[in-house]
Amino acid sequence: MNYNWDWGVFFKSTGIGSETYLDWYISGLGWTIAIAVAAWIIALLLGSVLGVMRTVPNRIVSSIATVYVEIFRNVPLLVQLFIWYFVVPDLLPEGMQEWYKQDLNPTTSAFLSVVVCLGLFTAARVCEQVRTGIEALPPGQESAARAMGFKLPQIYWNVLLPQAYRIIIPPLTSEFLNVFKNSSVASLIGLMELLAQTKQTAEFSANLFEAFTLATLIYFTLNMSLMLLMRLIEKKVAVPGLISVGGK
Amino acid sequence: MDFSGIIPAIPGMWNGMLMTLHLMVMGVVGGIIIGTILALMRLSSSKLMANIAGAYVNYFRSIPLLLVITWFYLAVPFVLRWITGQDTPIGAFTSCVVAFMMFEAAYFCEIVRAGVQSISRGQMGAAQALGMTYSQMMRLIILPQAFRKMTPLLLQQSIILFQDTSLVYTVGLVDFLNSARSSGDIIGRSNEFLVIAGLVYFTISFVASRLVKLMQKRLAV
Repeated sequence: MNYNWDWGVFFKSTGIGSETYLDWYISGLGWTIAIAVAAWIIALLLGSVLGVMRTVPNRIVSSIATVYVEIFRNVPLLVQLFIWYFVVPDLLPEGMQEWYKQDLNPTTSAFLSVVVCLGLFTAARVCEQVRTGIEALPPGQESAARAMGFKLPQIYWNVLLPQAYRIIIPPLTSEFLNVFKNSSVASLIGLMELLAQTKQTAEFSANLFEAFTLATLIYFTLNMSLMLLMRLIEKKVAVPGLISVGGK
Repeated sequence: MDFSGIIPAIPGMWNGMLMTLHLMVMGVVGGIIIGTILALMRLSSSKLMANIAGAYVNYFRSIPLLLVITWFYLAVPFVLRWITGQDTPIGAFTSCVVAFMMFEAAYFCEIVRAGVQSISRGQMGAAQALGMTYSQMMRLIILPQAFRKMTPLLLQQSIILFQDTSLVYTVGLVDFLNSARSSGDIIGRSNEFLVIAGLVYFTISFVASRLVKLMQKRLAV
């Protein structure tokens, strides 16, 4: 069993239709981005609501959010994914069950499961960041808003959140990058995202090292470019006089 | 939902849990050793060393763990054959352990680095004034203090690894999750077994992180 290096392998035909291996990677990357972006939207919205709930001066509301965070942080992502993909559809009402299992094509149902799973999983993490951001603000901000007659929703919407988001951009960035990396678990329920396409390329072409090197490079580039983008955003929206930007 | 099939499956799942714990312990110990070496490289005055360690950390932090596990599983046999010149079967367990060690090392490196940097400069100055060599200073003065400070973080990272070991599912290793799944599949009750697996993971991680938090409070100055 000798290994034949061939970096040109990506331009070769896969033997299925007229596709090249590169086409597989492109469609895989497309799925990876689609999963990550959709899950991130859920995570950001739900995470913000939960984060606010954790800081609200109401015991019941804040403990609901705490319980949510503890559950979603202490169960492995893969177990959560299996529960969303295998268990939850069985619990749906009959009509929806049929729709999910038979009417949807398998890729769509896997996509839905993974987006919901990753979105709710990441929401627990976003929640903790939002809470930290709100708690990091000087208490004078809230008191001043109260003194001016703002109601609680107005305090959050107009005073606390706009500042909190801008402080927590660095930790949010790393959560955003984590969503991209975590989306690779979708390969375990048969969704052909980047990692699954890589595995398939390695098996079809027998050029294992080239296949995985390309995947690594794609993840690496994706990560670096998103990080740079977030740094630009961070600079743009920094609260003047509150935090130093770029370590200067 | 019918949970009556759980009792007879407990011995099998217990073996799975032992596999999970085995993977975690090896990953944590190896990760901390490699991570500490990397951290010392990152902090060394040699630019080359610092850059190599920096590149290592950046590389492993920007790719998914699942990719590392899969890649190692497929690639390690080839690499070993290039080195030893003959077929050396090593199996999924070893390749997973190596993957965890190398991947977690990048995360442990950052924790150790922060720990070392949190020790006051005077400690280093005092050690040097006493005539200690660099390795004596690190071994006897800096690292023992740093490790004490960062124990909670190291434990927190270990809990994360405990959860991440479930990814060995991809190479068919029978860890806790996989043993629960297959015990469930045999009797046609896979849903119930998945829920139970989730509960067990939850209980262990939840209790462990509570303990770490308590410890953090006690260690705090």
